[in-house]
Amino acid sequence: MAPQLVIDTLTLHFGGVTALSGVYQEVNPGDILAVIGPNGAGKTSLLNCISGLYRPSAGRIVFEDREITNLPPHRRAQLGIGRTFQNIELFKHMTVLENLMLGRHIHMSQGLVSGGFYWGRARREEEVHRRRVEEIIDFLEIESIRHKAVGTLAYGLQKRVELGRALALEPRLLLLDEPMAGMNLEEKEDMARFILDVAEEWGTTLILIEHDMGVVMDISDQVAVLDFGRKIAEGTPEEVQKNPLVVKAYLGKQ
Amino acid sequence: MRSRNPFVMDCGVFTTNYREDMAILHHPAAKLKVLTIAAVFLFLPFFVSPYYVSVANLIGIAIIGAIGLNILVGFTGQISIGHGAFMGVGAYTAGILTATLGWSFWIALPAGGLMAAVIGGLFGIPSLRLKGLYLAIATLAAQVIIEFGIVHWPALTRGPAGMVLPAPTIGGLVLNTDTSFYYLILTMTVAAIVFALNIFRTRAGRAFMAVRDRDLAASVMGINIFKYKVTAFALSAFYAGLAGALWGHNLGMISPEHFTIKVSILYLAMIIIGGLGSVMGAIYGACFMTLLPIVLRELADFFGGGFAGLTHAMLAMQEAVFGLLIILFLVFEPEGLAKMWRNIKDYFKLWPFSY
Repeated sequence: MAPQLVIDTLTLHFGGVTALSGVYQEVNPGDILAVIGPNGAGKTSLLNCISGLYRPSAGRIVFEDREITNLPPHRRAQLGIGRTFQNIELFKHMTVLENLMLGRHIHMSQGLVSGGFYWGRARREEEVHRRRVEEIIDFLEIESIRHKAVGTLAYGLQKRVELGRALALEPRLLLLDEPMAGMNLEEKEDMARFILDVAEEWGTTLILIEHDMGVVMDISDQVAVLDFGRKIAEGTPEEVQKNPLVVKAYLGKQ
Repeated sequence: MRSRNPFVMDCGVFTTNYREDMAILHHPAAKLKVLTIAAVFLFLPFFVSPYYVSVANLIGIAIIGAIGLNILVGFTGQISIGHGAFMGVGAYTAGILTATLGWSFWIALPAGGLMAAVIGGLFGIPSLRLKGLYLAIATLAAQVIIEFGIVHWPALTRGPAGMVLPAPTIGGLVLNTDTSFYYLILTMTVAAIVFALNIFRTRAGRAFMAVRDRDLAASVMGINIFKYKVTAFALSAFYAGLAGALWGHNLGMISPEHFTIKVSILYLAMIIIGGLGSVMGAIYGACFMTLLPIVLRELADFFGGGFAGLTHAMLAMQEAVFGLLIILFLVFEPEGLAKMWRNIKDYFKLWPFSY
């Protein structure tokens, strides 16, 4: 099986600081890859390179046999790469529905003039995509808050809405940056269930950054471990758990 | 019919399909309210004096211009201090077409809007790299350059002397009175309001707001930030151009004096006081800022009581009152009149209970 995403010896410098150094990783379609590592290891930098917010200093990124290293972020989204952020980046003043409808942006086509007149096609398009968005709302169980401004919602719900917005894009590769940070156990379990459902029902490939090792071990197919910008280990959760380099990176020398 | 609290209109109204749910007015009472307001404005010239009709015309023009600026500043989060100049581009384009070339006003009006949109889009290109104060200075440059162009290109614009514009005609009717012009402006204002409301419930409008709120998140949602920023500049300038063309033909003359930076600032004040990022806010702000000097003048006349010196001193206070109001709004209600009105409605929804 050909990998869906190839991160080919990626290096990223910020001035004198090396955030990523020669990271190589393949991701197979439908897999859940967890990226773990201590703070400052370069996990978020890696996601930012994949979604196009950072331009790597060296190396290539190939998505579905197409090099995307130099594409701007919105082109990558159009190719089917969605993401969420560590610090929620929702459109706070807009309602849950509007946020999710924004996720449909690349699947919609009506422009300014058509939308301004709201005749025929623009209205039909809104209705068709509203239906799709409502399916996601059902899936994430956020029916009761669909007309609420997201700025007023509790943190855990905002995280869920952000996942919904990314799902509305119908990504084939979804990047989740700490989807469960700051959640209580119950919220984490809900989120883990949603992530597993997305992978199973939609066949979406997932790359997630997570600090909760319990969650990582439970839901991921593959784990990649970063430390100081280098990949120090890779494998199934069980393999990584036993890897002495990983233990050292997390706990220091024994 | 039971008598109900008029502030609680959305109680007991259910929708059964998405089209109803997405309608701008989905409460029967709201539709009734809008129809009533429309009827009042339709018959306004029949029961007020021509002076007030001319004031209504100015308000309509200000509403179109303010909605345009709010699209850019309030909804897309880009600042512009060149709005007055973009109005000038529209007014002069339409004016040159009607007065110099003798074209029909009905072609010149959209042409003025389109020309302003092109120029506005051009001056929006720096927004790719510039944000906040830096963008403000770049748009200030647009204001200065356009003003300079108008003054120093007399072959086209007749320079500082200005141009005299012919009244538009429709069929055999010449729109040379405020009352006849009123219906033109009313139509344009309603169209401008509806168009803006529609934009912000569809794809492009949501993209504008996404660029304003979180541009990084917008880009990973597949939104081409640069395209939407430039589009916002062009659309905003299109509204400004229409407002300018209408204003010029309503006044019957235009000069560089009409489109100075003071106008740009006035429009910024309108949307700040009315409410950034709200179509209704732009309307309230336009009404407020147009009526304020008129009310102040009446007050000055009233309290001046015939003492010319006193009246004069009070009129001189106008600018200070303007400035003071903007500061007070920024401090006490940054979301403007639109928010104040919402607060009042929310209060009466629960009245007489406070929770």
